[in-house]
Amino acid sequence: MSVRSASVENMTEPSSLTVDERRAAGEADEAALLADGPRADELVWARGLSKKFGEFTAVDGIDISVRRGEAFGFLGPNGAGKSSTMRMIGAVSPATDGRLRILGRDPGTDGPAIRARLGVVPQTDNLDQELTVRENLLIYGRYFGIPRAQIRARADELLDFVQLTDRADDLVEPLSGGMKRRLTIARSLINEPELLLLDEPTTGLDPQARHALWDRLFRLKQRGVTLVLTTHYMDEAEQLCDRLVVMDKGRIAAEGAPAELIGTYSTREVLELRFATGENESHADGLADLAERIEVLPDRLLLYTDDGDGAATAVVERGLRPASVLVRRSSLEDVFLRLTGRSLVE
Amino acid sequence: MSTTPPGPAGVGASSMLLARVLPMPLPSARRASLLVERNLLVYRRGWLLILSGFFEPLFYLLSIGIGIGALVGTVVTDSGAALDYTVFVAPALMASSAMNGAVYDSTFNIFFKLKYAKLYDAVLATPLSASDVAAGETSWALMRGALYSTTFLAVMLALGLVQSWWAILAVPACFLIGFAFAAVGLAATSFMKSWQNFEFVQLAVLPMFLFSTTFYPLSVYPDALRLLVQCTPLYHGIELVRALVTGLVDVSILGHVLYLAVMGSIGLIVGSKRLATLLLK
Ligand SMILES: Nc1ncnc2c1ncn2[C@@H]1O[C@H](COP(=O)(O)OP(=O)(O)OP(=O)(O)O)[C@@H](O)[C@H]1O
Ligand SMILES: [Mg+2]
Repeated sequence: MSVRSASVENMTEPSSLTVDERRAAGEADEAALLADGPRADELVWARGLSKKFGEFTAVDGIDISVRRGEAFGFLGPNGAGKSSTMRMIGAVSPATDGRLRILGRDPGTDGPAIRARLGVVPQTDNLDQELTVRENLLIYGRYFGIPRAQIRARADELLDFVQLTDRADDLVEPLSGGMKRRLTIARSLINEPELLLLDEPTTGLDPQARHALWDRLFRLKQRGVTLVLTTHYMDEAEQLCDRLVVMDKGRIAAEGAPAELIGTYSTREVLELRFATGENESHADGLADLAERIEVLPDRLLLYTDDGDGAATAVVERGLRPASVLVRRSSLEDVFLRLTGRSLVE
Repeated sequence: MSTTPPGPAGVGASSMLLARVLPMPLPSARRASLLVERNLLVYRRGWLLILSGFFEPLFYLLSIGIGIGALVGTVVTDSGAALDYTVFVAPALMASSAMNGAVYDSTFNIFFKLKYAKLYDAVLATPLSASDVAAGETSWALMRGALYSTTFLAVMLALGLVQSWWAILAVPACFLIGFAFAAVGLAATSFMKSWQNFEFVQLAVLPMFLFSTTFYPLSVYPDALRLLVQCTPLYHGIELVRALVTGLVDVSILGHVLYLAVMGSIGLIVGSKRLATLLLK
């Protein structure tokens, strides 16, 4: 960046100047920097967003921008602050600090107007247990002020989508966990939201239902709906998200497209070696030169290298006989391990 | 608020002022009514449950009003009128039924929905706000109370216990009683930690029912106790309804109306704030 001249940059793309460059160029004073806000296509925009519960900081000064039509993910372990962030974005939890704009508005003052255009799937289902499956959709649509006839048509379509049509007139209570989850998802779509917030949407779903949901979310995205989701599942993040942040202990550890993150924080391939119980750690030093990096997990060693097969051959040539040898491509799991030193899925 | 879709149905100047004084949005009648709609949907299946609350005052009327009334004969009210005992007791039972219905719904039912069913967590993710929820649930609870008392008024009419056209106004009076108790019930419930805390509700409601000039006039009490009774809300409810049903109306009913209106408003404000604190963490 530094070799390019400021004047060329100014002519082509003035808005792409970084804060540092603008400071250096003396173009903007502090006040102008502070006065900035979301661009028109940034549906979620946060700067220094924090959430404290008493003394405990659950979200610690994060910056996020989610553009219209994008699928954006929060990936992180238990307690990372994903749900706390989602609730702030959903305009049901006031931020302790920082600035937040949803759909260009301030959730502190425009909560109802923001929520009218959101669909929310909370982490724990909070369906109306005293009502039937269909009534849950009908009354939820009413909360959004949608006329009854319109809700009825949408409810039928949504019930069909989540394959609950044959349970439509049953009470919610006896439904299975996965069915309740599907109903919660259907409910979040009753107001045809522009921005859909999904907190671990597929937890508790069987593989078939998961894939069906991914398919539906993909189609919603194609129709221009913006998706913000949290997940523990790598495959979900890789399948669905255009861009994601890895969150840990209330902070953002890294941000980018899934492939970009893998490229930046991991090697192309990973060699997984499983030795007898308790022996994994003792082999690590002897193998260090075969990989760019070694992770020692309780049950296996991970050797990060661009040539997994080559490393595997070298291991065998050294006379070692691991109980199992596996070469695989790097995944977001590896990115997470690298960034936090911990596994994402325990 | 005017930009809020679906917006409130027009906010007057005085409530605009109120909005500035209160650090939270005023409830919108249209949005609050959606909670009533939701409750109607639930009770459509269990409307018999609701009716059960109607029989309690009826049994009191039959046993105490008519049974004991046969022994007592007439009673002289605090305003000096001599009334048939049954005529004296019936309006008090009518007012109490408005209180009971409202309190039952705004305490037990709301506690369940708040702590266990997590109903309001779901509702607040929509355009509804905590004050809409408070107003909606208060409306539902007061409607329940008013349903009991209106049905009770019909029974009184059939038994010839209504003496004046003023009695028509006893119906809105019972809405007001229901409002006062429902709003305060909601506010109290928001402070409850467990089901055990509801002992306090019983502890407040039962003595009020027994001692607020329900079964005998204020003149029975020594001065100090008289003052204490006059401070309790059900006393004002009972005196208001009794004045209207018997037609012995004077300007004092305005005091009763004011008391109940203020009580309900305070309850609603406190309840709204507490719901926001509990739910919007
Ligand atoms: N209402 C609350 N009061 C106090 N602490 C809270 C509250 N909500 C969340 N926390 C704390 O904030 C931290 C972050 O919680 P959060 O639910 O945002 O994590 P998460 O990333 O969603 O985790 P998970 O993957 O388990 O859902 C946790 O330590 C949690 O205990
Ligand atoms: Mg969570």
